[in-house]
Amino acid sequence: MNGARHAAHFESLAQQDHATRLGMWVFLGSELLLFAGLFALYAAGRIAHPAAFHEGVAHAEKSIGSLNTAVLLTSSTTVALAVESLRRDRRALSIALLAVTIALGATFFGLKLTEYGAHFRAGIYPGGAGNFFTSHAAPGLPLFWTLYFVTTGLHAAHVCVGLGVLGLTAQAVARGKIGGERAYVLENAALYWHLVDLIWIFLWPLYYLA
Amino acid sequence: MLRWFRTLFRLPPAASSFADGVDTLHLFLIGSTLLGVLVLSLLTTYFVLRYRERAGLRSTPVVQATGTGELIIVLGTLSLFVLWWVIGYRQYLNMRRRPAGAITVYVVAKQWMWKFSHENGALENNVLTIPVGRPVELLMSSRDVIHSFFVPAMRVKQDVLPGRLTTLWFTPTAPGRYPLFCAEYCGVSHSAMLGEVHVLGADEYQRFLADSSGAHSLAEVGREAALKHACFSCHTVDGQRHIGPSWSRLYGSQVTLSNGEQVTADAAYLTESMMDPAARVVAGYAPVMPTYFGSLDSSEAAAIVAYIRSLEEGPSAPSVRLPEVIVPPPAVSSEPKGDLRP
Amino acid sequence: MTIASEPSFLPAAQPSFASSHTSIRSWLLSTDHKRIGVLYFFATTLSLALGGVFALLLRIEHLTPGPTVMSAMTYNRLFTLHGVTMVWLFMIPSIPATFGNFLLPIQIGASEVAFPRLNLLSFWIYVLGAAFVLVAMWLGALDTGWTFYTPYSVHSPSAVVPTLIGIFIVGWSTILTGVNFIVTVHTMRARGLGWMRMPLFTWAIYGTSIIQVLATPVLGLSLLIVSLDHAFAWGLFDPARGGDPVLYQHLFWFYSHPAVYIMILPAMGVVSEVISTFSHKNPYSYKAIVYSTLGIAFVGFLTWGHHMFVAGMSVFDAGAFGALSMLVAIFSAVKVFTWVSTLRRGSIVLATPLWYVFGFLILFMFGGMTGVAVATMSLDVHWHDTYFVVAHFHFVMVGGTLTAWLAALHYWFPKVTGRMYSERWGLLGFALVFSGFFGTFVPQFLLGNAGMPRRYYEYPARFQLLHVASTLGSWVLAAGMLLTLAYLLHALCFGRRAGGNPWASRCFEWRTSSPPPEKNFTAQPELGLDAYDYTTAWPAPEERA
Repeated sequence: MNGARHAAHFESLAQQDHATRLGMWVFLGSELLLFAGLFALYAAGRIAHPAAFHEGVAHAEKSIGSLNTAVLLTSSTTVALAVESLRRDRRALSIALLAVTIALGATFFGLKLTEYGAHFRAGIYPGGAGNFFTSHAAPGLPLFWTLYFVTTGLHAAHVCVGLGVLGLTAQAVARGKIGGERAYVLENAALYWHLVDLIWIFLWPLYYLA
Repeated sequence: MLRWFRTLFRLPPAASSFADGVDTLHLFLIGSTLLGVLVLSLLTTYFVLRYRERAGLRSTPVVQATGTGELIIVLGTLSLFVLWWVIGYRQYLNMRRRPAGAITVYVVAKQWMWKFSHENGALENNVLTIPVGRPVELLMSSRDVIHSFFVPAMRVKQDVLPGRLTTLWFTPTAPGRYPLFCAEYCGVSHSAMLGEVHVLGADEYQRFLADSSGAHSLAEVGREAALKHACFSCHTVDGQRHIGPSWSRLYGSQVTLSNGEQVTADAAYLTESMMDPAARVVAGYAPVMPTYFGSLDSSEAAAIVAYIRSLEEGPSAPSVRLPEVIVPPPAVSSEPKGDLRP
Repeated sequence: MTIASEPSFLPAAQPSFASSHTSIRSWLLSTDHKRIGVLYFFATTLSLALGGVFALLLRIEHLTPGPTVMSAMTYNRLFTLHGVTMVWLFMIPSIPATFGNFLLPIQIGASEVAFPRLNLLSFWIYVLGAAFVLVAMWLGALDTGWTFYTPYSVHSPSAVVPTLIGIFIVGWSTILTGVNFIVTVHTMRARGLGWMRMPLFTWAIYGTSIIQVLATPVLGLSLLIVSLDHAFAWGLFDPARGGDPVLYQHLFWFYSHPAVYIMILPAMGVVSEVISTFSHKNPYSYKAIVYSTLGIAFVGFLTWGHHMFVAGMSVFDAGAFGALSMLVAIFSAVKVFTWVSTLRRGSIVLATPLWYVFGFLILFMFGGMTGVAVATMSLDVHWHDTYFVVAHFHFVMVGGTLTAWLAALHYWFPKVTGRMYSERWGLLGFALVFSGFFGTFVPQFLLGNAGMPRRYYEYPARFQLLHVASTLGSWVLAAGMLLTLAYLLHALCFGRRAGGNPWASRCFEWRTSSPPPEKNFTAQPELGLDAYDYTTAWPAPEERA
């Protein structure tokens, strides 16, 4: 691993480490607020249309949803292990674990697309379009499903960004640019991935279980 | 004093029972503000003159705030602001609680006009005729986008929303013609969506009612609409239980919902029941009513509400004796689940 | 007589930040926070000019009650663009991204912000967003008002989506700048500089950054959903498709109320600095300023419903929002009291920055109190969506933020450019701006009282006199702004050279040369002497380097 040199404007690597970590946490705060708005909309919709939201959940693809939950939780474990491995200088293991994480993330994305396909086949499209809504006419149902698509869609977009970040980080680990004192870069990437997982943990019960 | 204040500050004529309270609070607030700005300006001027830089004097002492001083400022301003909030809140509460005996007028706002339906069936466009000295309640809805009903002389304003009912009440205190504005941007002719409130003396208003009563009262229009939309397949008007609750004596009564809550069957609840029937279902009835959102015009919905209201006192002419309807207990939805193919 | 603790400045053998590299590329791709601040200054000032032109056109239209120089649709688009341009392209970045960028690291004794490349990226993201908004204007613009209330915005056949995308993108710039500043203040302070020794302007930027990071995502979400509703009829906020338009308002104002604190906190930071410097005096209560800044940042998130008293909210909710709005006003009252008290027993020098700050004090007090007035629920029923509200927010945003921006411009002009402007022209410019402002907006309070609604293309004839007065005022204000631009440009080219500390301030940015070198300080910054300690003598004017 090449010499741990800090960026010129920092006094030390320790300062750069601290700053970058804090920056990631602050940024994650803003991401939380982004999704908080969507959860607020869900809450308002549920209060206004309790029966319709209940009905909406009844038509959710529960098995895909649960599988996705397992996939994401596992991927959070593997990325945490990847961070720990790198801290202990076990670079090969770290890269392998990162690869598994990325694979799991891609699986999540693939399952999500499959799930959307299932919705479309059932006649459920965003905006209340699709013939599902002609046979299920409660006013709250289009709202439920549109919120579902927007929330899971935005989440899936974050999954993609997360995959990109993890991919670039894995590359940097492989090239020896991250590790040892610079392991914090991987930690930050893992933090972002954990946020993606955390949002899903809130999303899953609201749209699949309740 | 209030009259002088109103002239100086360009307030419109005070034409409702709200005006005096609102304008007095306004005077209190603005007066305090102007006084505060004056004190601030004088104090600043005094300090600038008194502590002007003097040649040779190039250091200043450290002067720190005392805890007590800060506390006085904070508590002083807080008390003043809280006082204004309390008075304003009480006035606002009064503005939102309609007194008994109010005349009801249904208002439909649409780009770019106001339509008023009186209970006697009279229809007015852009002009609202009401009597002096009696509270009037407006039940308002929009056909398209958000508008806002604003009569400066009455010191009232309320947004008018599509798909929802909002209400506004006031008691006019002086006859006259008062401008009505739309106060929420609603498109290219927003500034042309003007109207007038005509406040008539009692006799004049009686004449207006007599001259204007349509061939059908609003309640009659509502009954026609109910017939047209097959409401009577499920609702009776003579008190007999059928698939849905009877409309007899329904308006204003307390109903118990399937979740145990109690609500008053007022215009808002009845309107909601037409638009989103599954939201709050009366206990003991199956949730089978379809929604009329999109098929019932807001003025039709208003007319049906007026019709139900006309049955407040009891059943109309008895209809056919209906067979007993066995109502299944409110069960878990027996609908087929969605396609769960993974 | 100079004293040992006054820093000495190395001769100008060391190139300044502006002269070290001179290619265009070195400016446009610079990661130097000072150059980025200057870039933002040009971009935001152009936006100010554009928004100002829109305003002047609107006021010309209002010279007569009926059609004057434009059609209704043009008018409706212009007031929307005026709002959008001023709020997002000027007001929000005006002080933080320009003066904040330039001064924050210097004020904490650092050589850079925490993430210089992110800083540069933030600037270009801002430019990209602004470009989208400009393209949207060229595509015909939109007429929804800067608040984009649904369902009208969902159905309006105008360039809604490109505009919203532009604002969404600018929002990214705001968030990233906020992250950068927060981390900078936490991690890059010079050794020995504790939190309670930081300059008050730094505190103001810090508080602003917290709001930026937490509030802006909610705006992004609301605009994203409106765009989806508009483009694909997804109906989340459209009652015709089962959505709730009032929910949009909640989400929009949840951002937009804290947004006004993004606009005013940096201005308040400027006021704190200028008052202390020009009265050569410690702030009456440093802690009060700090805690009230944080108080505004926090409580500001809890008051948004006061924009919706007549929107169809429950009485209880309305009452809660009203009460919280009263609470947040207390913090501003504390600041005003502290600022005025700072003058006492000071040694006051009248100069253009201080004139602007006096203007701020009066206009902000009046604007803030009328804010308390519209937060009083029964009064707001009358004033909501009338010119009273328009006058209120222009008092705080123009009389407050723009005035403070002008103060900052004059105060830090020597520091950034190394030159001095003419005080005579400065005073004249201030007189024109202040009186022009009064003339423009005081009539608007009266118009609002009389019941004149806002966003009205035509109006009843009885309102004409007040409208004409307002328009004449706007011309005086515009003249003041143009005059200011002219003499500052002149000073930039021909002004006499300013030393490192022409105002004899103790604040940290005055302990380096004017303009500063690329790394901000030529040697280790001397921050031992407190930023507001005027107990020891400062140099006489003729002795200032």
